[in-house]
Amino acid sequence: MNVYQEELLDHYENPSNYGTLPNPNISHEEDNPLCGDRIRIDLIVEDDVITEVRFSGHGCTISQAAASMLTEEIEGKSLTEVKKLSRDDILDMIGIPLGPVRLKCALLALKVLKAGAYGIKGWPGEEE
Amino acid sequence: MDTSQFRPLDVERIRADFPIFATTPPLAFLDNAASTQTPRPVVEAMDAYYDTYRSNIHRGIYRISEEATAQYETAREKVAQLVNAPRARQIIFTRNTTESINLVAYSWGSANIQAGDEIVLTVMEHHSNLVPWQLLAQRTGAVLRFMEITDEGLLDFTQLQDHLTERTKLVAIGHVSNVLGTINPIQSVITAAHAVGAKVVVDAAQSVPHFQVDVQQLDCDFLAFSGHKMCGPTGIGVLYGKLELLEEMPPFLGGGSMIRSVEREVSSYAELPAKFEAGTPSIAEAIGLGHAVDYITDANLAALQVHEQELLKYAHKRLKEIEGLTLYGPSSPHQKAGVISFNMEGVHPHDVAGVLDTHGIAIRAGHHCAQPLMKRLDVIATARASFYLYNTIEEVDRLYEGLCRTQKLMTRSQRRSVG
Ligand SMILES: Cc1ncc(COP(=O)(O)O)c(C=O)c1O
Repeated sequence: MNVYQEELLDHYENPSNYGTLPNPNISHEEDNPLCGDRIRIDLIVEDDVITEVRFSGHGCTISQAAASMLTEEIEGKSLTEVKKLSRDDILDMIGIPLGPVRLKCALLALKVLKAGAYGIKGWPGEEE
Repeated sequence: MDTSQFRPLDVERIRADFPIFATTPPLAFLDNAASTQTPRPVVEAMDAYYDTYRSNIHRGIYRISEEATAQYETAREKVAQLVNAPRARQIIFTRNTTESINLVAYSWGSANIQAGDEIVLTVMEHHSNLVPWQLLAQRTGAVLRFMEITDEGLLDFTQLQDHLTERTKLVAIGHVSNVLGTINPIQSVITAAHAVGAKVVVDAAQSVPHFQVDVQQLDCDFLAFSGHKMCGPTGIGVLYGKLELLEEMPPFLGGGSMIRSVEREVSSYAELPAKFEAGTPSIAEAIGLGHAVDYITDANLAALQVHEQELLKYAHKRLKEIEGLTLYGPSSPHQKAGVISFNMEGVHPHDVAGVLDTHGIAIRAGHHCAQPLMKRLDVIATARASFYLYNTIEEVDRLYEGLCRTQKLMTRSQRRSVG
């Protein structure tokens, strides 16, 4: 199967939840220095539940489509649930196998989200 | 270049030596600046070592070890001849260009560089000809100075005179840029550097595989390159150095093979080249490199260069036909080796390489271990195609068609900006 299939390209071209929030409770941004992909995620959290989410940034299809899919997935979820998301959940969303370089692109959004959810200091770090 | 011997490359015959091209559809391998493919004769030479005389060198008192030693030293002689080194013992086997440059930075650098001394580099250096000098500067308090490039990707030669002073102890420069393909005028750089008493290290990783390089004519002090970019195996690289420099330099790594005699507290060191080849070296790989040298010289380096120029010229022409494609580096292929870096408007270079991969075309995308150059070009990354002796005009056409398809696929509708 091919990375450049319709579903991914659709997310890339018409991403869900693209943009920023004026008063987010949580906002975090990171980049992947290897390819320059950059993602920021803004969240409004009420009683531990994510009521609004936006992402912004730039990069390759995989990083941006993964971010778009992830924001769809987490809206309405609790932070506790978000903290439990794993790289396998992301790979399931993308639905196709990825080589090690593209894997990093795919996981950037999750990394940003988790670092934001835990707060940088509290985050135990993502297993690579 | 000796044109009397000139005969064009028989590319079809050459391709038959590379089983990797026997697939259907054939792999269009256009990432040769990263690493090249390995022809059968090189693999067979290494197999012969493993199958018939596998043993360590320089120590066995038995026939196959003598054979292994002889083959290892023959490889050194072939490499010496390739770059016209006066003596084979001026050829030090390392793992790669990176290790060769680090050897100079640690050994020569520690003995010769002091606080306030200046090391002149260019902004287009590969990290392996940059980070070792940063480390040396941090250890010693030396200062790094950078020659800039013009917007065309040529070395800004006017800066050289400003940068070269009596404080300059070393100039470290790439012969050919692995991103832009620019062939630097290193002959002039070396002459100017010597005029102020500075030594010159040439990173020849992208030149020795592609055209005749003569260390005596250049009069460079050190020259480094890698076997895996010239049809050889990975794990073997070369450092050439001037004899008097190598002889004066302290050892780099300590251990077996590099000593004459060892006492409890001190040791005396072996003669060149053993002094710089501590431990059991990459024996099969050195033998493989010797055969890779045979392979590219039998094909004929002059013919190889002409062939790559043709591919480059044709690629320039085709890629310029694609609207929204920006090419980096000199606009004239004559100032370039067979490397072509570009970006497609609105498409991340990873996606360019990713889509091409689905069509069996291998190119590189990323910062190419040249982040300061990326910054200078004001890009995050580029896509890069690079050629070698087995590439064909048809493969350039496939690249062109693949890029057109990429553009169609990735820019179907108006999209928010990328990159
Ligand atoms: C110009 C240049 N210098 C140095 C290197 C490093 O070579 P190696 O990785 O074999 O040490 C490369 C290859 O990537 C290169 O293109």
